[in-house]
Amino acid sequence: MATIPNVDFKKRRAPDFPSAALPLLQDAQLRSNVRHATGVIQGKRARVVSEMPDWQALRDAGQRIRAHTLEHLDIYLEQFEQRCIAAGGHVHWARDAAEANRIVLQLAQNRTGRIIKIKSMTTEETGLNRALEAAGIRPVETDLAELIVQLGHDKPSHIVVPALHKNRSQVRELFSRTMNLPQLGDRPEDLAEAARVYLRRQFLSTPVAVSGANFLIAETGGVCIVESEGNGRMCLTLPKKLISIAGIDKIIPRFRDLEVLLQVLPRSATGERMNPYNSLWTGVHPGDGPEEFHVVLLDNRRTEVLRDPEARETLHCIRCGACQNACPVYRQTGGHAYGSVYAGPIGAILTPQLAMMERGQSLPYASSLCGACYEVCPVKINIPEILIHLRGRVVTGRPKVLRAFHPEAIAMRAMQWMFLRATRFSMAQRLGRIAQRPWIRQSGWIERLPTVLGGWTRTRDLRPLPPQSFREWFQARSHASMPSQNSSEAPHD
Amino acid sequence: MRISLFIACYNDTLFPEIGIAVVRVLERLGHTIDFPLEQTCCGQMHYNTGYQPEALPLLRRFVEVFRDSEAVCVPSSSCVTMMREHYEKIALASGDNTLQSEVAALLPRVYEFTELLVHRLGVEGVGAVYPHRVTYHSSCHSLRNLRLGDVPIRLLSNVRDIELIPMEAADLCCGFGGTFSIKNPDVSGAMLEEKLQYIQKTQAEVCTACDSSCLMHIGGALHRRRAKMRTEHIATILASEVASAALRNGGR
Repeated sequence: MATIPNVDFKKRRAPDFPSAALPLLQDAQLRSNVRHATGVIQGKRARVVSEMPDWQALRDAGQRIRAHTLEHLDIYLEQFEQRCIAAGGHVHWARDAAEANRIVLQLAQNRTGRIIKIKSMTTEETGLNRALEAAGIRPVETDLAELIVQLGHDKPSHIVVPALHKNRSQVRELFSRTMNLPQLGDRPEDLAEAARVYLRRQFLSTPVAVSGANFLIAETGGVCIVESEGNGRMCLTLPKKLISIAGIDKIIPRFRDLEVLLQVLPRSATGERMNPYNSLWTGVHPGDGPEEFHVVLLDNRRTEVLRDPEARETLHCIRCGACQNACPVYRQTGGHAYGSVYAGPIGAILTPQLAMMERGQSLPYASSLCGACYEVCPVKINIPEILIHLRGRVVTGRPKVLRAFHPEAIAMRAMQWMFLRATRFSMAQRLGRIAQRPWIRQSGWIERLPTVLGGWTRTRDLRPLPPQSFREWFQARSHASMPSQNSSEAPHD
Repeated sequence: MRISLFIACYNDTLFPEIGIAVVRVLERLGHTIDFPLEQTCCGQMHYNTGYQPEALPLLRRFVEVFRDSEAVCVPSSSCVTMMREHYEKIALASGDNTLQSEVAALLPRVYEFTELLVHRLGVEGVGAVYPHRVTYHSSCHSLRNLRLGDVPIRLLSNVRDIELIPMEAADLCCGFGGTFSIKNPDVSGAMLEEKLQYIQKTQAEVCTACDSSCLMHIGGALHRRRAKMRTEHIATILASEVASAALRNGGR
């Protein structure tokens, strides 16, 4: 198992993407697990998307709902707060991760010393489990994938399928060891049964549950969670107290907006027409479900993301993970290379913004800009455009001295200077032909280059500059433009 | 028609045969080719690497050089993508109204090479002969940004004696990605390795594309592996004729 870069939003220095990716690229088992799993989900998604004649219209509608919401986020957040309280819920506002964790800690105290959790990437973002453990409360993950991650002291590598980097036999080994089941088989039903037995006790005896949220409905003050296993439904109905943490971007204006979002989300996320479990609840109801219900609204720099008009679309994300499955970079490295719970293309734009561009500066460059993410995004976030925009913010955000003397900045200025006069460009072409001579091998190709260019020759050869550039050919041809002389190369018609 | 050629800086420097081929194809179809020597680079490398302000003077230069062209032919979908998707935005950010209107007026006359042939000139057969097994790699910019669709395939399937072999996972990125290939060489190499499995599975002699940048990357790895397959830009295939083809086949 490759080492996982242990990174959180607070740390300034963390391994950059290329270095974090390196050990993962050498982990053949992990790469094969990731490729297989993303391939399976992509195939399912493609099938259920292709059966929708109005898919593009749904994406447009999804985009409009999200854009409208974020434009009027202040209004909808307050409306949500008001309606949630009116329905018997409690609403808490958290400026950052630490504040959110403090709020949950206070609410989570109970006689059993543990809480049960539904899969929530937002609590991964805030590091809630660590905060709970530090305070002596044991968080028990009930989502099968999150349980695998928790039991293995691992980190999620995908926002929908957090244990996507593990295969069945690895899960069997883990369960067998941690649940003390030496005879455990590795059929899906064996593993599900082991988890069921393990979790059932927790469901029945734990009085507090913590969840995330897929959507917060401003109109009703209700919360929506979709899932596949039913473990979430258990957490939402059995405990006496329910605490839901959600980023402020999870708001949708009206109940009927779910018509669009509950179509695009499951098809994009798991390749299902509908999730097996769709839970919607509003406030508390005597004798039915939790007696106490809290929502923690988390900012954690989302308002900073909103501030940048060219990148605020990032918050349109409904966390389906389709961009991760489609991304050829993610498919090679898996999610851990991104050093954040938000991996893949969405992580490459969200993580550095949530870190105020003080961290994760290599992430906007962790993309070939192939556009596969944009193509599958159910709410049409133009991720490649935002990646390019954030690359600009990385460059302009460098300290002044570095902006002037960063080797890349010097190279870019030099190239620009060269490209501003055609004569300089031709001169550079001629110089390049001379400079490359020592590097040309017997094969006639360049097989090793110095400095940063060595990145190229690590896996590829390079054909050297030919003796004549195109412009030289064209000029020579124009000079010799007598029709008779030219006839040998002017093709017959 | 008088067609102005924007060759792209890397084609000019590294792959002059592509420009020569474009000239031959278009002249064979009866057009006049003009190559303004003042041209250099579209600015994509600067823009996509995060040096957006540095791309503005290069955009200005492009507009100055090609302002009066009837049609601009670019044998590189990534340069055309840069122009179509970013030039208006850069011009707008510059606050220069004249530049904005010049960009808006010029862009509809800029065509990727195969797009020019099929959409602007209405030609699908260019009289080429190429007796080889060929597989076509759809570059991401030609596929997702320019949405060329089957335009290149239509041109290739009209080439005489060619055997076109479809590639599996045709929409999978080859891993080039401009400066990505240098900034993330290991990931780029891993992506290429996966792509090469599909490319080599075709057992074609030649892998072609509308972008010599992808081909430089793919061809570089094929050479490193001493593979039998080689890469050719689509223009050089479309420029091949009976005489040269026959010569290559030992005067058949």
